[in-house]
Amino acid sequence: MRDLFGVVILFSIYSFMTAALFMDLDAVDVAFTEAAVGAGVTTVLMLSCLRLTGRWERRPKHSPLLPLIVVATTGTALVYGTLDAPLLGDPNAPAHQHVAPRYIEQGPIEVGMPNMVTAVLASYRGYDTFGETVVIFTAGIAVLLLLGIQEGPHTRPGRTAIGDQIVLRVVVKLLIPLILLYGLYVQFHGDFGAGGGFQAGVIFATGFILYDLVFGEGDARLVVPPDWLPRLGALGVLIYGGVGLYSLFAGKPFLDYSALAHDPVHGQHLGVMLVEIGVGITVFSIILAIFYALAGRARRA
Amino acid sequence: MNELPGLYNDWVAIFLMMAGFYVVISQGNLVKKLVGLALFQTSVFILYISLGKVAGGHAPIYDPAIAIYSNPLPHVLILTAIVVGVATTAVGLALVVRIHEAYGSVEEDDIQAADEAESTASSSEASAEEDAKQ
Repeated sequence: MRDLFGVVILFSIYSFMTAALFMDLDAVDVAFTEAAVGAGVTTVLMLSCLRLTGRWERRPKHSPLLPLIVVATTGTALVYGTLDAPLLGDPNAPAHQHVAPRYIEQGPIEVGMPNMVTAVLASYRGYDTFGETVVIFTAGIAVLLLLGIQEGPHTRPGRTAIGDQIVLRVVVKLLIPLILLYGLYVQFHGDFGAGGGFQAGVIFATGFILYDLVFGEGDARLVVPPDWLPRLGALGVLIYGGVGLYSLFAGKPFLDYSALAHDPVHGQHLGVMLVEIGVGITVFSIILAIFYALAGRARRA
Repeated sequence: MNELPGLYNDWVAIFLMMAGFYVVISQGNLVKKLVGLALFQTSVFILYISLGKVAGGHAPIYDPAIAIYSNPLPHVLILTAIVVGVATTAVGLALVVRIHEAYGSVEEDDIQAADEAESTASSSEASAEEDAKQ
């Protein structure tokens, strides 16, 4: 396909299909994230990039034969490697034997929240999640270093053609408060149902991105000024790390939330909530900063 | 799902992974390569999530009425990986934008040709200087 616009839209549809597949495989939190990130944010970022680099691809000069051979060989080797693998849904597979039973049986008691994914994410594997939050922050800083957020009348999207559609303007105006409200719900209800800081941050950012796409003129920047975004991202990481350091100073291991309150389960609740807020702030500000950087960049002739 | 146990989940993941791999190594357009990389990435997500599935299991949200849950650990790993994935993809897109500003193209062949032209130009300049010294 020579039209990269089509490629990006197909990829967006594929992401939605993947989210449906995750739903079927019982991974509700993951499906949620994939739908928000893969189908929403990635598509917008790729389209912003296409605006700067051009929509059409040149016909390739090379023969596809060599890559096809490489791919076929690798694929065959991988398929051969799977022949020993456990079957789909096998409850005795090694993946379900190691720490998973502890998370499933003890998680609701030790951490005191029904959503085991949140419990594992923020409590049992808090170190991993802290590392990943830092990676997101670093990626955001890398994008800002590469592109920067440009200011000025030429860099703003301006009145776009879609902004003149009255139906779109009204529907978006109605939707945005609901999107933001839903983002907050997902943030604070993540202990009990599907959701958490990662999804909430993305959904919240989507609300602002939608506004900027339809109304243009860079008005979203008046609500959240671009200068704030790297600081907000750093603040999120700071909240997360601060919780860890607090428990360290209280004489417990890093990120041991039982230091936060007298009752361990209560401490877990408080710790998970604080950590999720940190994650949410970082994800929100970094996604929005990346969008501002890519969408606001002036096109060079 | 239950009446069809087998390895086909791995094979679907491998097929998608190889499709992404093919796009990465065979296409010259850098944006398309990034789409291929993202495809590769989702294939790994699908592999992990299908590993966490337990036959007859439910979503891992505690409910007294449910006894069997799917494994929550892969869900956690992939949930964070998706968000990290979009951040790293954005870094790739930012690099592509800068490459486009520097070279005026996002086609690999053009970029290589421009680099070669530049290096031959600079090496011929250097040899000209050496000639002048002698």
